[in-house]
Amino acid sequence: MNHIALKMLMGDRGKYLGIIMGLTFASLIMTQQPAIFVGLMMRTFSFISDLGLPDIWVMDPKVQFVDDIKPLQDTKLYRVRGVAGVKWAMPLYKGLLKARLENGTFQTCNVIGLDDATLIGGPPVMLVGKLKDLRRSDGVIVDIDGATDKLAKPPMVPGGKPTPLKIGDTLELNDNRAIVVGIAKTTKTFQSQPVIYTTYSRAVRYAPRERKMLSFVLVKAMPGEDIPTLTRRIRKATGLAAYSRKEFIDLTWNYFMKNTGIPITFGTSVALGFIVGAAIAGQTFYNFTLENLRQFGVLKAMGASNWTLLRMILLQAILVGSIGYGLGVGLTALFGYATRNTILAFKFPWQLLAFGGAGVTLICIFAAIISIRKVIKLEPAIVFKG
Amino acid sequence: MDGLAKAAVSCKNVVKVYDTGGDKVVALGGIDLEICMGELMMLVGPSGCGKTTLISVIAGILDQDSGSCEVFGKDLLHMRSSEKLKFRAKNIGFVFQAFNLLPSLNAVENVSIPLIINGVKRQTAERQAANVLEQVGLGTRGKSLPSQLSGGQQQRVAIARALVHDPRLIVCDEPTSALDHETGHNVMELLRQVALHRDRALVIVTHDARIFSFADRIAQMDDGHIEKVVDSAEDL
Repeated sequence: MNHIALKMLMGDRGKYLGIIMGLTFASLIMTQQPAIFVGLMMRTFSFISDLGLPDIWVMDPKVQFVDDIKPLQDTKLYRVRGVAGVKWAMPLYKGLLKARLENGTFQTCNVIGLDDATLIGGPPVMLVGKLKDLRRSDGVIVDIDGATDKLAKPPMVPGGKPTPLKIGDTLELNDNRAIVVGIAKTTKTFQSQPVIYTTYSRAVRYAPRERKMLSFVLVKAMPGEDIPTLTRRIRKATGLAAYSRKEFIDLTWNYFMKNTGIPITFGTSVALGFIVGAAIAGQTFYNFTLENLRQFGVLKAMGASNWTLLRMILLQAILVGSIGYGLGVGLTALFGYATRNTILAFKFPWQLLAFGGAGVTLICIFAAIISIRKVIKLEPAIVFKG
Repeated sequence: MDGLAKAAVSCKNVVKVYDTGGDKVVALGGIDLEICMGELMMLVGPSGCGKTTLISVIAGILDQDSGSCEVFGKDLLHMRSSEKLKFRAKNIGFVFQAFNLLPSLNAVENVSIPLIINGVKRQTAERQAANVLEQVGLGTRGKSLPSQLSGGQQQRVAIARALVHDPRLIVCDEPTSALDHETGHNVMELLRQVALHRDRALVIVTHDARIFSFADRIAQMDDGHIEKVVDSAEDL
């Protein structure tokens, strides 16, 4: 009877395409919007995940997320270094500074100051130049997105393309000269500001003077040291907050989830996509069944059992569900591919595939249940009514 | 009915009352009827007299409220629904007024449905269906969709579908009412030639007086009762 079920479904081309379009739309919205959401949320902690070397981040206890800088006294660095189980502890400066561009405008940049001696905390991938070039006088490394876009030199002719920053070009950071010595690849930040790496001492020189300048202390544990135990020990010994990388990512993620409108905005889009998709697909599928009620009645009169008809409807639902899901997910992937080099945040992990699949399955079950109910209650004697 | 074999259908005091929102409508008010093997019985009468209700009960797709209706010695009312389904699938063929062919299936696929319901594999079922279509004169139209066939051809496909699983009882509801006189005549000739034989009975509900001559017996119904059963239309 499977063959008959499929032919019945595809025979009504308009309804068949209508159901698939509804499910495709639902699947697209249920994967594309969360993919942007996940991409955006991952940018909130991209700075932490880009720094693979340290095991523990130490900071002021009032810090709520990675960009919520509450500077420490430089002496705190030595207290952390004195905690048993700490292999090394390095200072890190992180702050927003204004760069003056060639055309006189200003661009806020994320300036990262690395330990002068070790340069720990540097960019994950160097595209041009080397990390150690930061030791050159006034040296800074700029991320590729900043170098080609927001920090790029204005076009030579009106309407022309801006010229990307290259090694040797200069910037003005808070009235201080900075020379580009390298171009790096970093994960985009939440606010998509250019990222500028330099040494710690130079960064605090660029920044407006404050009593406290140390943003974070990056800690590496001794080999074999238990990270949770060491974080507790650092907290106890210094009175500072200490988080493993995963804990700091979670702290940042939770802050954005609880304190911004991002989850509710995307959640609303996903819910609307689900509801509209369910309504279109469910209604069209139900109408399709209603219009075929006489045909189901004929099959019932001829001896087809309710179980057989139920299987036929389920098969129809599974087929349209699979096609709609595949098209929706495909369109989402295509969207991600098309926008891969743009500012748009997009991350499409397998969990979203499963989420979209679960959503489409729910819609199909809903559509099938309302249709099956009608068919099961159908009196076969309907076939003799004119 | 000399020479005819045992009863295919035996209805005794069959009563069916519909409850239409508080009003009771007696569709069958105690029907006694016997249809023999090898017989073509026509049920005639005005609209609303209970003809369709009676064939629905005989075909086992509607339960009567009281009385008994045995089909080939089996009381369908007291059968479990799964048994009744199997019984119907194996023993009963249907021909409908509006043909009720599945529009997205071609003629062969439509005809093969009863066999597939009976568990025959698709390829075998379609082979047998093609043979029966040959018998009803549509051997070359097997791949045609219902929309590509005339009314007469569609009814032939419906007849082939009713015959393909070799049922012992065929119930037809107004099989000629959607057809012109000549086509209706041809359909009835076909039913007599191909469908009727000593191991099978045919029950036809009709208004169409032009086809009464094809019946072995005619049961005239009115107001839920059988007024009379006659051997030819002249006796009505």
